[in-house]
Amino acid sequence: MSASPGSSMRTPRRRVAGLGSARSGTGHFWLQRVTALANLLLILIALPIVIWAAGQEQAQTLAILGHPLVAIVLLLLIFSVCFHMRIGMQVVIEDYVPAEGMKVLALIANTFFTIAVGSAGAFAVLKISFGG
Amino acid sequence: MVQLTLPKNSQLVEGKVWPKPAGTNRLTEYKIYRWNPDDGKNPSVDTYYVDRDDCGPMVLDGLIWIKTKIDPTLTFRRSCREGICGSCAMNIDGTNTLACLKSMDEVDASAVKIYPLPHMPVVKDLVPDLTQFYAQHASVEPWLHTETPAPEKEWRQGRGDREKLDGLYECILCACCSTSCPSYWWNGDRYLGPAALLQAYRWLIDSRDEATGDRLDDLEDPFRLYRCHTIMNCAKACPKGLNPAKAIAEIKKMMVARQF
Repeated sequence: MSASPGSSMRTPRRRVAGLGSARSGTGHFWLQRVTALANLLLILIALPIVIWAAGQEQAQTLAILGHPLVAIVLLLLIFSVCFHMRIGMQVVIEDYVPAEGMKVLALIANTFFTIAVGSAGAFAVLKISFGG
Repeated sequence: MVQLTLPKNSQLVEGKVWPKPAGTNRLTEYKIYRWNPDDGKNPSVDTYYVDRDDCGPMVLDGLIWIKTKIDPTLTFRRSCREGICGSCAMNIDGTNTLACLKSMDEVDASAVKIYPLPHMPVVKDLVPDLTQFYAQHASVEPWLHTETPAPEKEWRQGRGDREKLDGLYECILCACCSTSCPSYWWNGDRYLGPAALLQAYRWLIDSRDEATGDRLDDLEDPFRLYRCHTIMNCAKACPKGLNPAKAIAEIKKMMVARQF
């Protein structure tokens, strides 16, 4: 919230009051921690599988990644990481971009980018899994 | 974006080097930020030499000695000189602290470097404008809220509940913590800062207070509370040894607890 012209005539209490409390933020705070935990668990499962698959012939790699259990883990990982990335980046934008218009644009771009990257990753896993 | 370079008229220039006092070998060098709103000049760093044989051991003693013996125009706040009023908070040797509690011998560098509290508007020299800081403290309504009619004598509190206020009530509002916090630097207009939030928590866990829910409502905001990213500069800076970061974490726990 940038200072508008004439705001210096407002009392300090009025400036601190701003637009009041948004009555939100706790869900965001909680989800950031829940997705952090999910990321940790899913990466512990997915990393050895990906390392194992990477050393195989292409057909074998596709078979491993296409296995239903592996595909589900990878999809969950993509979802959790993207969610965590989006809310984390939102905090960074709120911290460092004070100009209201630029901030809103950056927040929207952040959401679009996350959905695009997440969809691309999920599509790749589904394509391999369904043998397309 | 965040402004990382100072505007031209705020950039520091080399200041005056004041002569060493005669007839002494025990000298401590002070490098002090100077800025006068009336002369139109850029801020500068002046160099002074304090005669340690004629002066107390604390950084504040040195400042008072300089003001009395060398340069009466040097401007700073001080009152109690024993760490209870919070007036002489300033940035000494790179850390926000109270000049009256910091000994000159504690400073490792060859000179005692003193600047006003960071990222606050400067009134003059080492005096920051803390208007917003005080307004933020006032905004958490740091007094007892009750609906129950007042008892004939005092509001009673058990020993255990009273002990929950230890580590909180001691805050002297010197602003060392808030002005050491990068989140407060970038978003101090909306983030309440560690000092105000520590006081908010002091009333949130007061067993006699009946407005806990309202207080939490007022704090539940992405900026007022959740700009705290547990950087911990506040706890490191606090000259009273308090831990505002922990108080803020406890507020966040209360926020989560009331969701489930």
